Amino acid sequence: MSTDTNTSVDRGILEAVLPPIVALCIAAVVGDLLILTFGEAPAAVFSLLVKGTWGNAYGIGQVLYKATTLACTGLAFALAARAGLFNVGAEGQLAAGGFGAAVMGLLLPAGVPALVAVPLCIAAAMLTGAGVGAVPGVLRARFGASEVIVTIMLNFIVLALLNWFVSARLHVPETLHTPGITAGTVPRLADAFVMFRGSAANFTLLFAVAAAVAAWWYLFHTRSGYELRAVGLQPDAAEYGGVRVPRVLLVTMALSGALAGLGGVNFVLGYKGYYEDGFAGGAGFLGIAVALVGRNHPIGILASALLFATLSQGGLAVNAVVPKQLTDILTAVVILAVATAVPEVQTQLRAAAARAASTLRSSRTEGVT
Amino acid sequence: MPASASADQMPLAICMRGVVKTFGGVVANRDASLDVAAGEIHALVGENGAGKSTLMRVLAGLYAPDAGSVEVNGRDVTGWKTTDAIRAGVGMVHQHFMLVPTLTVAENVVLGVEPTRGLRVDLHRAAVEVEALCRKCGLHVDPHARVADLSVGEAQRVEILKTLYRGAKILILDEPTAVLSPPEVLELWAVLRALRDDGGTVVLITHKLDEVIAVSDHITVMRAGATVSRFPTHGVTPRDIARAMVGRDVALHLDAVGGAPVPDPVDPDETPATSTGTPALRITSLDVVSDRGLTAVNDLSFDIRPGEIFGIAGVEGNGQTELLEAIAGLRAVRSGRIELGGQAFGTRSVRERADRGLSHIPEDRHRRGLVLEYSIADNLILGRQHHFGTRGRLDHAAIDANAVEQIARFDIRPAMPSLAARALSGGNQQKIVIAREMGRSFSVLLAAQPTRGVDVGAIEFIHAQLRAARDAGKGILLVSADLTEVLALSDRIAVMYGGRFATVLPRAACSAELLGPFMTGAAA
Repeated sequence: MSTDTNTSVDRGILEAVLPPIVALCIAAVVGDLLILTFGEAPAAVFSLLVKGTWGNAYGIGQVLYKATTLACTGLAFALAARAGLFNVGAEGQLAAGGFGAAVMGLLLPAGVPALVAVPLCIAAAMLTGAGVGAVPGVLRARFGASEVIVTIMLNFIVLALLNWFVSARLHVPETLHTPGITAGTVPRLADAFVMFRGSAANFTLLFAVAAAVAAWWYLFHTRSGYELRAVGLQPDAAEYGGVRVPRVLLVTMALSGALAGLGGVNFVLGYKGYYEDGFAGGAGFLGIAVALVGRNHPIGILASALLFATLSQGGLAVNAVVPKQLTDILTAVVILAVATAVPEVQTQLRAAAARAASTLRSSRTEGVT
Repeated sequence: MPASASADQMPLAICMRGVVKTFGGVVANRDASLDVAAGEIHALVGENGAGKSTLMRVLAGLYAPDAGSVEVNGRDVTGWKTTDAIRAGVGMVHQHFMLVPTLTVAENVVLGVEPTRGLRVDLHRAAVEVEALCRKCGLHVDPHARVADLSVGEAQRVEILKTLYRGAKILILDEPTAVLSPPEVLELWAVLRALRDDGGTVVLITHKLDEVIAVSDHITVMRAGATVSRFPTHGVTPRDIARAMVGRDVALHLDAVGGAPVPDPVDPDETPATSTGTPALRITSLDVVSDRGLTAVNDLSFDIRPGEIFGIAGVEGNGQTELLEAIAGLRAVRSGRIELGGQAFGTRSVRERADRGLSHIPEDRHRRGLVLEYSIADNLILGRQHHFGTRGRLDHAAIDANAVEQIARFDIRPAMPSLAARALSGGNQQKIVIAREMGRSFSVLLAAQPTRGVDVGAIEFIHAQLRAARDAGKGILLVSADLTEVLALSDRIAVMYGGRFATVLPRAACSAELLGPFMTGAAA
């Protein structure tokens, strides 16, 4: 019997890892074809891509920097998804987190020791993100409002508010960013390892890894995680099991927002030292894909964040030979291939189809049996 | 496998030969054969996991067989698709509902074959047609009700209507009566007989042997994936069928039907702590509202003594679900009082009620009772997760130890704590729920449909557990659509109709014939 258990566990891991691998293979084939249309040799372009990312310390540093933000937004999406919530608001939560960190960094007097200032700034980032995440959480828990719609709309509101705040109150003239923060910067990786000089990689990386480990521990080793996953799988059974479902939805949305907010630290405290309007640049939305490919598992998300960061940085590396949009296409292919192969996405799509059928009740419905 | 006599004159409606179907390493069907003549009601019986549903899904085109052949009306249709099957008039009513909860009954029934006017769905005509079909079949359900608001029993009726609406001539029913009340079952039998007399063919998957005897013309018995025997129903006793199913003799409570009542091990009037002591559960003037805002429980009052099984019989949808949900803390109470061991519950949460000694076997294990993707071990702590670990941490060692203990004590198979509950048979899934709710200290047990959709062996086991708990001084509130079960277990029996008790009687004064009229409101 014990061998049965082992094989079923092995099969579980295989089932989790297989779709992303197949997706990568498909992306490689599509990439080959695209490169051929530009009259270039695929092998040469791919080797350029690898050299420009994992081939030197600067490339590695850039990949790690981009992966740090993506890991945070990926974790944010995954945590919510485990509770059955579709958080499309990581973009706004990420920006708000960065803004919170910058404001705290500006408020602190210069000379506050890093050991005090950095945790305060990080806490500010996570709290701001949590605040933005809690809004759809409250609306969902209290009134049953769809978190999908609320988070999408809230992105516009948050980004517009931040834009107004920075441009009207806090900007350095002629720019759309705040003055440099006085305390709370996170050291660059280059400060400890000289070879990373020039790259944006910084020690926020460690916080992202810690967040992944914490998320994993929370999901699988705490009572709250047990209840969170039960709510995501079968809300009625969770309610029967004494779980206060609305409370879990609210807390999870806040935690999800906090994780996305942490991502803002990477840019503001680790890279630039100030908040700049529009720094999120889609990393919040890409977090959805990161979580998808990482199968909503914290450890998988770290790997998947590295993959998407590599593609993003790789685009710059091959830009001299082929347009960098090539890697955007590869990113899209990976997402589409995984999305069609992952069972939970399929069930989500089916559920969405059923919801659509009911809202379009008056028009013709078909095919759902 | 002898073909029936009628096979000589006309092709068999269904002829399956040597069907093999495996899922991964699990063999669901091995050399299964089935002969069903046109115009008969054929019962397919066997324990849970015997492969009945799989065989019927092969017939209905949901699965392609790995080996073997399938013929319908003399035509080789091996490996056909569901659309082909529906076009050929083969319709299957599944054990687990395949309905869109947000649509109305009429919309669900016509889904995929909607009557149209121009490009629009003619919902008015759909409702009229469904209503006419309801009347013709004697299956009563409001065509305008949303499926999400229906009871399990009503949803089942919609499933049957759906198949009939598509003009099925060969109707496959997977455990259709598991959710129906006795009068509804009799109505269903009338529907099926009318269908048969109309030239239709019915294959009935069931565990209930009295049903097999009551309605079928021929019986095929399955065991461990294979068909093991086939005989005409006439002259067969439930005991014969049970032996063929299980391969050994089984203690049946079926003797209670229509015959002399089975004497209970404990005389209800001599149970300990009778009328004088504190009731285990006291309900006073309870009013509860259904999802649709209607009064579901109407000014209801009753006591359950320690050491008593209080059985509630009745057609589903008469407030039983809402009553139990209100007691368990899953549904708001409009007015009234619920006391456990003399102390009022008030607004206490589900968790606090459980901690104060309330156990609950919910009516729908797939929706409430289990998190199907969770392992057996994780399901065995649902509702008690705060007792496994300290300061919010889960103690996996304690969870595993608990699983090993409960799996052994309640004979859950396979005995693999890490296996997902989804992978288990219905009977073993129910044993997880029973183990969790009865394997700990409790004073009152709410048992809703405790043996729905489980096999004969598991029914025997669950009934023994309920009797043992009663004898240990627990107060048990039993709700079952299976009147036989209520009669076999209860010390007192109430019949619920329209949110009230139509009658409350001691077991000794009850019989199926006496209670029947109360269930339909005729004797109220």
